[in-house]
Amino acid sequence: MAFTFAAFCYMLSLVLCAALIFFAIWHIIAFDELRTDFKNPIDQCNPVHALVLPEYSIHSLFCIMFLCAQEWLTLGLNVPLLFYHFWRYFHCPADSSELAYDPPVVMNADTLSYCQKEAWCKLAFYLLSFFYYLYCMIYTLVSS
Amino acid sequence: MQVPSGYGLHPQSYTAPSGHYSQGPEKMTSLPLDSQCDDYYSGLYRVPTQNVVTPNTASPQPGAQQMYGSVPPAPHVVGSTLGSFQAISHPSPLPPPPSQQYHQQQSLSGYSTFAWSASGLPSTQDNLIQNHTSLATANNPTNPVADTLSCSVMQNVQPPKSSPVVSAVLSGASSTRTPAASRPVEPLASVARPSELLQQKGMQYGEYVNNQASSAPTPLSSTSDDEEEEEEDEEAGVDSSSTTSSASPMPNSYDALEGGSYPDMLSSSASSPAPDPAPAPAPAPAAPQPSKMAKPFGYGYPALQPGYQNAAAPLNSGVPPGSPAYSGFQQYAQQYPGMNQLSSSLGGLSLQSSSQPESLRPVNLTQERNILPMTPVWAPVPNLNLDLKKLNCSPDSFRCTLTNIPQTQALLNKAKLPLGLLLHPFRDLTQLPVITSNTIVRCRSCRTYINPFVSFIDQRRWKCNLCYRVNDVPEEFMYNPLTRSYGEPHKRPEVQNSTVEFIASSDYMLRPPQPAVYLFVLDVSHNAVEAGYLTILCQSLLENLDKLPGDSRTRIGFMTFDSTIHFYNLQEGLSQPQMLIVSDIDDVFLPTPDSLLVNLYESKELIKDLLNALPNMFTNTRETHSALGPALQAAFKLMSPTGGRVSVFQTQLPSLGAGLLQSREDPNQRSSTKVVQHLGPATDFYKKLALDCSGQQTAVDLFLLSSQYSDLASLACMSKYSAGCIYYYPSFHYTHNPSQAEKLQKDLKRYLTRKIGFEAVMRIRCTKGLSMHTFHGNFFVRSTDLLSLANINPDAGFAVQLSIEESLTDTSLVCFQTALLYTSSKGERRIRVHTLCLPVVSALADVYAGADVQASICLLANMAVDRSISSSLSDARDALVNAVVDSLSAYGSTVSNLQHSGLIAPSSLKLFPLYVLALLKQKAFRTGTSTRLDDRVYAMCQIKCQPLVHLMKMIHPNLYRIDRLTDEGAIHVNDRVVPQPPLQKLSAEKLTRDGAFLMDCGSVFYIWIGKSCDSNFIEDVLGYPNFASIPQKMTHLPELDTLSSERARSFITWLRDNRPLNPILHVVKDESPAKTEFFQHLIEDRTEAAFSYYEFLLHIQQQICK
Repeated sequence: MAFTFAAFCYMLSLVLCAALIFFAIWHIIAFDELRTDFKNPIDQCNPVHALVLPEYSIHSLFCIMFLCAQEWLTLGLNVPLLFYHFWRYFHCPADSSELAYDPPVVMNADTLSYCQKEAWCKLAFYLLSFFYYLYCMIYTLVSS
Repeated sequence: MQVPSGYGLHPQSYTAPSGHYSQGPEKMTSLPLDSQCDDYYSGLYRVPTQNVVTPNTASPQPGAQQMYGSVPPAPHVVGSTLGSFQAISHPSPLPPPPSQQYHQQQSLSGYSTFAWSASGLPSTQDNLIQNHTSLATANNPTNPVADTLSCSVMQNVQPPKSSPVVSAVLSGASSTRTPAASRPVEPLASVARPSELLQQKGMQYGEYVNNQASSAPTPLSSTSDDEEEEEEDEEAGVDSSSTTSSASPMPNSYDALEGGSYPDMLSSSASSPAPDPAPAPAPAPAAPQPSKMAKPFGYGYPALQPGYQNAAAPLNSGVPPGSPAYSGFQQYAQQYPGMNQLSSSLGGLSLQSSSQPESLRPVNLTQERNILPMTPVWAPVPNLNLDLKKLNCSPDSFRCTLTNIPQTQALLNKAKLPLGLLLHPFRDLTQLPVITSNTIVRCRSCRTYINPFVSFIDQRRWKCNLCYRVNDVPEEFMYNPLTRSYGEPHKRPEVQNSTVEFIASSDYMLRPPQPAVYLFVLDVSHNAVEAGYLTILCQSLLENLDKLPGDSRTRIGFMTFDSTIHFYNLQEGLSQPQMLIVSDIDDVFLPTPDSLLVNLYESKELIKDLLNALPNMFTNTRETHSALGPALQAAFKLMSPTGGRVSVFQTQLPSLGAGLLQSREDPNQRSSTKVVQHLGPATDFYKKLALDCSGQQTAVDLFLLSSQYSDLASLACMSKYSAGCIYYYPSFHYTHNPSQAEKLQKDLKRYLTRKIGFEAVMRIRCTKGLSMHTFHGNFFVRSTDLLSLANINPDAGFAVQLSIEESLTDTSLVCFQTALLYTSSKGERRIRVHTLCLPVVSALADVYAGADVQASICLLANMAVDRSISSSLSDARDALVNAVVDSLSAYGSTVSNLQHSGLIAPSSLKLFPLYVLALLKQKAFRTGTSTRLDDRVYAMCQIKCQPLVHLMKMIHPNLYRIDRLTDEGAIHVNDRVVPQPPLQKLSAEKLTRDGAFLMDCGSVFYIWIGKSCDSNFIEDVLGYPNFASIPQKMTHLPELDTLSSERARSFITWLRDNRPLNPILHVVKDESPAKTEFFQHLIEDRTEAAFSYYEFLLHIQQQICK
């Protein structure tokens, strides 16, 4: 029973992961609203943009923390998503302010379904990692 | 893959009470209707269809016969010269390894940049198909109906000549609101006599309806309207022309007026006879008909219709239609078996011409030397039964890349053809039924407007053809004002015409209709003054000030900018215009927000003063900077309360304030074959601005008149997303480059006077099972099927890619409907509805038989533009090549019994490789030839927003020999005889030294004069004694009083008619340096960097065999 740095990391990420799950759900709702015609993409994309950067930074924070805590397995699980986020961030139109969701383009059926899929996948990933962190936290607390 | 909501999939969102719409952020969504006006039909309109058709079919026949009669059967001859190329192993700008190709293809079609990275396997080809969708254009048989029925009212009223009519109608219109006047139409009636009768009918109908309406409120009426109506009424005091007051039962004679800015180019000869009502349709259609027939698309068939009915086969575009006598056609078709037996390449195939449609006739491309037909290519007619054919929408407005829709996505994938729609929704129409009805009948579930393709289950119910819901026929709809009979809903104009316009009630407004507002934002930096465009602009404006579309509320304003922004106070009462300078460009504000946009009529004198003074105000300026961004921000602030049109004139790179740009072009890379960079915007500033503008119903039109690189790729964003249009005049100078100056002048005239619609939205609906996934054009996509268009102009075209989400097995017809809701310049809310109906097929062969090659190529061009911006130019080029390779190899495998000795294409697609090659050599996509970045980007913008007719000329110019014009096959337009020379293929082999050739490239004409050209021609047409004395720069044909001059000029004038961009004419001598420009359009020839047509075929063949 020891309160190590790793345990702290897991606890923190548990809390933050809940936030990420919320973000993912929020995305799903937003795109669904777009799809069903309730919202103007301009109105919709702005708040979505506002969430993108926090989400990416929170996730990067995880990775840094796990790196410091030398939790290699957890880090390894998160690295693919990290790279995806980096790619997304740097591979977006002209100004980075726009990030990935571009109002004129987002209504394109392919883009929209891509965004929806992305949001669902992230939700799944965050949910799984939530329980994984929970397990790891207890494990690190109990072991040693 | 989950689909974007087809209506069928999410019916709940539509069935829900109209609440959504009114509350939601979407401002203009169509609301359920409940309206108050009554019926009015334009005079001609009531002609029973049959009557109209007959004279039409008869009248053009002689012309058609002459035109087509001379067409020889296409020879199956292998070109001996071309044959020599066979040895060349391809020099390889094109051929990429096959796996790579697949992947490119996929991304072209699938827009998403992400998807392709995973691909590379042949299996991913499917995506191509998924995304490509195509609609074939339709129905020539409809044309006769459309022509006669739908036009002429405008025609009569519009042109200046008939101004008395205009005024009369106007007065009728303005009285619309006064409930006291029981017969407000009288003034009109006196002018347009024939329609008087009709008007009366309309009125009676109106009263009738009114009674009905008062007793039985329409079930659809939404409760949220009251407020809007009140607003409307309040405004009524000021706004005499707004349509709505719900209390007024007045017949509305207004419709005749719409289209105020209709250009005079429409044949005015029709104006007098046109209003004739039913009894004597013959004289009326007869006059305009020839000109219709002459149009590049879609008008040729009427004469042939009887023949087609018997032929049972969808006729293909490339086929030279037979002479009107049906037998001619049959003979023609029957010649082929013989031919094919001769040609060994088709050996194994037993052709039964009786059972096989002409468009399916396999053509061996490598052996067919003259693939290009000698007459213009018409849109294929969907294989529908005769009644539907007649009713179908004109292919000029609405085309589908496949006139036979495949039943399933799998079948479409197999065919490897793109599926999509090409739209020209706001086209200038000469005849348009305008309907003012209390109730606009729409499906209660999917909101489809009632159209000719719905089915009436019984007298009281109709079944929606898009979602199959059964709806009630409103009481009012039972009365048919055409026949004044009750109980014939299927005879109503809405059900008899696939293109109709409704006058919308206040339910279709979220705010009172806006006035026409025009703001001009002018660059007056040193560069601009040097170029001298201000003189031309001000002159044009002065000339056309009275012709600007609008009503008494029309407002206009001016801003100029260099490193500061200048506003002009034109408030009525000032003795002269006041210039207000704002130098704080970081935080722009409006000095006097109220007096910068002024009423055109109240301040006309001040405006004229300003326009006279402007060209000289800045002559000595030394300011070289250009603060375009801040000026646009100011313009946005100025326009946002009302919305309207901003016209921006810019002559250089913006160099100050927000949105400043740097030069990104490296001149050394202009002819690079590898990477073309900077096709996308450098900054998001213009896009964001455009989106803001779009939200405030403001469109930004850009006129770029620059001599150097101006980063059109970034600047164009301001128009792209705000539904504006883009004009580009490279190396503009008012004295050094007179042809550009003249072009600007003519374009401005068209621009200023053409029709305009404000605060528009366009919704495209299609039969359950189909869904739209990508749109092309200038607009902002607001929802999966709704385009927001701050302005709509008659020269804007759109394209839509479709996919088949659910199998269409339980239906034999699919329909597409576009509804364009807009505010006319007179402040009326109107809805223009086009409906297209196409058959569904389950056999692959039928899919090929119905392919519309021109529509497909235009859709592919649009997709390729997207592709080159999102990915790279070479990807886009490869994708284009793959589109041909895939479709032809897919076709090849269906006719498996063929020996693979040649490149076989169905006759409907025989021009496909040629057009794709033309696209690859088009400015937008060519590599290896020096192309300035702005030119390239402009070509891409054109591809995105030009309607099909004009786009095709840009892609594949028409070449005619004009030194021996004869009257054989000539057509008559407005008492002029217009010769119809045969089309020549675009190859130098056709250019003989003793000839003169005209090339029609859409926005530019070239006349190439051979060295030993007949001196009679030079003297009679060009006005010079011999070849040597022809000047290097010649842009006009002199008006000489000789027969050949007259012929040449009437031919060129005829070609020029109805172009949005006024083409400049260049006379190119055989030895002049300008001839390279001419020769680069000869796309069948080999160039240093690109294949010849024959090499391209071989390349395709190789790819297929791999």
